[in-house]
Amino acid sequence: MSRRKEIKKVIIIGSGPIIIGQAAEFDYAGTQACRALREEGIEVVLINSNPATIMTDRQIADKVYIEPLTVETVKKVILKENPDSILPTLGGQNALNLAVELEESGFLKQNHVEMIGTKADTIRMAEDRELFKEAMGRIGEPVAKSAIAENVEDCVKAAKAIGYPVVVRPAYTLGGSGGGFANNEEELVSIATVGLSRSRVHQVLIERSIAGWKEIEYEVMRDHNGNCITVCNMENIDPVGVHTGDSIVVAPCQTLADKELQMLRTSALNIIRELRVEGGCNVQFALNPDSFEYAVIEVNPRVSRSSALASKATGYPIAKVASKIALGYTLDEIPNAITKKTFACFEPTLDYCVVKIPRWPFDKFINARRILGTQMKATGEVMGIAPTFEAALMKSIRCLEQNTYSLLDDTLKELSDAELEDRLHVVDDRRLWAVAEALRRGVTKEHIHEITKIDLWFLQKFRNIVRMERAIAAGPVDEALLRRAKEEEFLDRTISKLSGIGVEELRKMQKKWDIRPVYKMVDTCAAEFDAETPYYYSRYGVRNESDPATDRRKVLVIGSGPIRIGQGIEFDFCSVHSVWALKELGCETIIVNNNPETVSTDFDVADKLYFEPLTEEDVLHIVEQEKPDGAVVQFGGQTAIKLAGAIEKMGVPILGSSYDSIDAAEDRERFDEILNQCGIPRAAGRTVFTCDELGYPVLVRPSYVLGGQGMQIAYSDQDIIEQIGIINRVAQEHPILVDKYIMGTEVEVDAVCDGTDTMIPGIMQHIERAGIHSGDSISVYPAIGVPKEMQNLIVDYTRRLAKALHVIGLLNVQYIVKDGKVYVIEANPRSSRTVPYISKVTGIPIVPLAVGTFFGKTLPEMGYHYGLQSERKLVAIKMPVFSFEKLYGQDVNLGPEMKSTGEVLGVARTYDEALIKAFYGAGVHKIEKGNVIITVKDSDKEEVLPIAQGLYDLGWTIFSTGGTSEFLNAHEIPTIRLHKIGAGKPDILDHILSGKINLVINTPSTGVAHHRDGYRIRRNAVEAGIPCLTSLDTANAFLTCARHVDTTQLSVVDITKVSTFLNFI
Amino acid sequence: MCFEGSGFGWEHDTLCEVVFNSAMCGYTELLTDPSYAGQGVVMTYPLIGNYGVCYDDAESVRPWLSAYIVHRVSDVASNFRSDVDLNTFLKNNRIPGVQGVDTRALTKVLRESGTMRGMIAYGEAADRDEMKKKIRAFRMESMVPRVSCKEPAVYGDGPVKVSLADYGVKNNIIRSLVSRGCTVRRFPHDASFEELMSFDPDGIMLTNGPGDPKDCGKEIGELKRVYAHGVPTFAICLGHQLMALAQGFDTYKLKYGHRGINHPVKELAENRVYITSQNHGYVVDGKTVDPSVADISFVSMNDGSIEGLNYKNGKVFSVQFHPEASPGPLDTGFLFDRFLSLMGGSRL
Repeated sequence: MSRRKEIKKVIIIGSGPIIIGQAAEFDYAGTQACRALREEGIEVVLINSNPATIMTDRQIADKVYIEPLTVETVKKVILKENPDSILPTLGGQNALNLAVELEESGFLKQNHVEMIGTKADTIRMAEDRELFKEAMGRIGEPVAKSAIAENVEDCVKAAKAIGYPVVVRPAYTLGGSGGGFANNEEELVSIATVGLSRSRVHQVLIERSIAGWKEIEYEVMRDHNGNCITVCNMENIDPVGVHTGDSIVVAPCQTLADKELQMLRTSALNIIRELRVEGGCNVQFALNPDSFEYAVIEVNPRVSRSSALASKATGYPIAKVASKIALGYTLDEIPNAITKKTFACFEPTLDYCVVKIPRWPFDKFINARRILGTQMKATGEVMGIAPTFEAALMKSIRCLEQNTYSLLDDTLKELSDAELEDRLHVVDDRRLWAVAEALRRGVTKEHIHEITKIDLWFLQKFRNIVRMERAIAAGPVDEALLRRAKEEEFLDRTISKLSGIGVEELRKMQKKWDIRPVYKMVDTCAAEFDAETPYYYSRYGVRNESDPATDRRKVLVIGSGPIRIGQGIEFDFCSVHSVWALKELGCETIIVNNNPETVSTDFDVADKLYFEPLTEEDVLHIVEQEKPDGAVVQFGGQTAIKLAGAIEKMGVPILGSSYDSIDAAEDRERFDEILNQCGIPRAAGRTVFTCDELGYPVLVRPSYVLGGQGMQIAYSDQDIIEQIGIINRVAQEHPILVDKYIMGTEVEVDAVCDGTDTMIPGIMQHIERAGIHSGDSISVYPAIGVPKEMQNLIVDYTRRLAKALHVIGLLNVQYIVKDGKVYVIEANPRSSRTVPYISKVTGIPIVPLAVGTFFGKTLPEMGYHYGLQSERKLVAIKMPVFSFEKLYGQDVNLGPEMKSTGEVLGVARTYDEALIKAFYGAGVHKIEKGNVIITVKDSDKEEVLPIAQGLYDLGWTIFSTGGTSEFLNAHEIPTIRLHKIGAGKPDILDHILSGKINLVINTPSTGVAHHRDGYRIRRNAVEAGIPCLTSLDTANAFLTCARHVDTTQLSVVDITKVSTFLNFI
Repeated sequence: MCFEGSGFGWEHDTLCEVVFNSAMCGYTELLTDPSYAGQGVVMTYPLIGNYGVCYDDAESVRPWLSAYIVHRVSDVASNFRSDVDLNTFLKNNRIPGVQGVDTRALTKVLRESGTMRGMIAYGEAADRDEMKKKIRAFRMESMVPRVSCKEPAVYGDGPVKVSLADYGVKNNIIRSLVSRGCTVRRFPHDASFEELMSFDPDGIMLTNGPGDPKDCGKEIGELKRVYAHGVPTFAICLGHQLMALAQGFDTYKLKYGHRGINHPVKELAENRVYITSQNHGYVVDGKTVDPSVADISFVSMNDGSIEGLNYKNGKVFSVQFHPEASPGPLDTGFLFDRFLSLMGGSRL
């Protein structure tokens, strides 16, 4: 059978905001799916609350709804659009859950919408622990001994029967949210309580712990005709016990013989057949390292993070093939997009090794617990491709952009042997380096294996890297040694550090001995067939496969690397759009990036993809290979900006704003000089450490960062000293900046400058006052709260600044408006986090316009007048989304350092409606009356009064402790007074955990004891899944919603109609 | 064309036919597969030897290939069943090895120019002109007599009796039959029809083996008689080619063969695709298959070449790929079940 002709209009549900456990991989999968459907002539309706995604572009889907992912919204969209089918397996767990709910309620059937691809029965069988166990029992596939429990007592009983240690896994959650290992009853009770509250169905699985076994994954495809293939197998270096999203993963499996691999492969195929999956599926196994005993850990009947990794590791486009299968095609009918000669019904074979390392946010969240377990903590990941494991590992380490380029970590040198051994027992993000240090000190790999259960094969490979370090340090660095070091992907800077030979000298030596990388193709078939896929990786070897010849102008686009706090999917959006725009202009595009989750690393986005680390040396090799005519750095976030100077030195012109412009904006003195010339005020500041004359509070931050990394408000000398210490824990190449902190309204603009003048698509206003990082603030377009004359001033300043900085392309400026004055906070001649969102809501193609300016096109030529563009008749509110519940120990209060992982958008005709949508999208569902805990610091008490009064009038019940309670009562607002922590039972924490509280408003106070109590309240709130507002501005916004939620009819908006201006709602 | 690397295993100059295999695992099975006799095998997967060598996984008594060419031999053998590391295994079995080769580059040469003769030479002083002369003079002799058993042997004690013509059998063919309740009597490659039938078998198994099927004139002659008799017969790989030649079909040499464990084949009757293990340089020419004698049952999804035949007498079927796997996917193990039911039918 081929394509089912009756499928004409398909709705796809996206995955919503980026959170830990659900990152860019679903944008990649969803985008690929939309394209796969549209090339079949199918109309695609997309719904996703995340405005930073590529899938929500008008180029990707026919109808785009950037709306909260709730059952109600999806229903509305279905009723409005009348699709004939729904494809639920491409938007991660969220989409799957929504689709199943719609199916179970009978809504899909009533409205004649068919679930295509994997069916609801299959999803239930895979997701419901009991049904899954039954299914595995039917086909004789082993699962770890386990029991389902729906309350804490049953958990305890089950664990007694199974025997400790046990694993707790909540049903229907993302990233194993709320699960964990329990060694005894006490631990079990605390983990199970959280787990039950996280599960959509209040259900957890108590399972025999198989910690220490090998964790193996298979990516499997099946069509409705029963054809099955496995795309890839992968081995986690960290044994079972660490979430696969937090494990270092290698593909293909390295330590299993054919007998074991075929056993697991056959099992995976049996499972996918029994579940009748139609599309892609991920099967995770635990394998006893000392026998053929195995257990099926879990099955995901959808595309996943692992399938994105498998796609990039092999070149096999899983999401695309899954979409074609959903349309009725069978695997033998779908061409292999890489070879174009073979079909999708084959199994890719690799002739290289792939290593994935997670990117954890602990550089941002220095107080979060770094221990890795069943709860995923990474925000993103990187992948390295090389012919050997050692080389792939070394490549991926430097992809992380954490100032670490090898297994060397000087801080570990200071540990005593005993301390180091202790560190080996700690499973955290730094263990790899601790293992390397232990090997360096001569600890045997057998001993390390005893402690870590990491397979001896991997330990031997780590030891090879350590031996290479030693060989380089011992010298002499002759041709043979240098060649081997480069083959093991030691960067020149690392060799230099070890040998004392300068980097320039090392480069000369390599030139002399002709040691240089060649580029090989990722072709799914290990060169067995001719392939034309322009997907390359470097290795030291012979026979270069990348042909640099072209008759077009060649442009290098620097990507943005792994998803991390402060540098998210937005920059992939900008990179991809710049590639498309460059192609439109007839350029040959070359993209360099190393994030396997993203659209930019899909092999058919740019004309050529180099899947490589983004260090100066790696880029230099590509420049030498390709000799591009220009490079684009303004779309790849800080990753790309940091390379601007180096790329210019390589002789490649930077397209758009020059390195000098970037430097002028970043360099405090140069920037101050420019502001003086333009007559634009800014907060007084210093680069040096003499801030006493500024007067507190001040803002302390390192320069050259994105996402306010290391930024804090300091109220005293002590704060400053502490803060500088924290900033300096990572070596600073640039000075630390100290600014006077002005508390006003924060405003942000993105602008495009063509070298003559500037166009501003719109002005965004932040709801939270200055001092909270712009990425963590609720942002409103248009800036309805900013007076017209202030807006004019902002436009005027932006135009002046763009000119003075010689901007060509994008400029992002942040301002503070206070007392009729506008101050500049900072200006960056590059893309920003808000570009995707503002592009979508204004319908102005900001990135393509910026690319146009690189080639001398003026804005009027491209159809836009200078200055502020007229406002759209809509309100768009961007709301940050956090992943605090997964980061134990991290305080949730907001400040100048960014903490959010993603964002959602609320779009509507009115402010109130947009705000309600944004809150819903961010997962705040209880807006009409409920129970709220209010505890604020003394200085906030006056300000919280109207909020408390408002909530009370709306029927909210207010709980609070001591001071806040007395204060509110004194102002005739009734409260239920709670015990402070530990001051009697039940105390405030018991109430938070009771499940009856719907909202917590808590502002952090100074003073150690108060601070600690507040911290515990906030942590408990987020861990219990209760929205916790730490800024009164946010609380005020919430009150606005609560006031209007009953009377506001929520519409659904097709964002693709915005540009036509007319009645799009 | 010369690729440089460093030696491992038995460092001894050798001439061979150079082929590549794209499997990422299963090197023990591959090394001990008699079908590789006379060949120098290039592994496209760069990391070989990771889990050592487990004797239980051997497909015959020893490795048969002439040389093993890889990118990197593991310096550690990590698996609970590992008996010996790969380097030692090859050294003990006098198989020359080369590592440090850009095997992808070499594979592309083989893909573009086809399977070719080559020489492994050790030492700095190797005279290239001299080597070229030797390579040109090298001819692949018939390898079947070398790898086949010399004396008959019996395996298993099940109720179904199978005579197996050993052209270079992989152990897992025997195991697949024994585990399904067969007594297998294994005969040397040149066993006559009478010898094969002396055991009063329920069926005959024709195995895989090395080299050009047209070198096996005697065997082809005997197979004509097997077919004429109508005893249920299942043939794999070389056996499949020999039966086709016995029926007057032709075979030809593929440019670079099918060697790997990811080869999709389609069973035409069921319209189903299976992933198979393959190792063959020759193939039955589809244009010469007489439709009144045999139906094409399986075709390769990669190049459309013939992967299986069902003969019209209803008693003989054959496949080009390896349903016994080892190494590779177990997807087509059901073919042994089909053989069993075919034999069950003959008893009635």
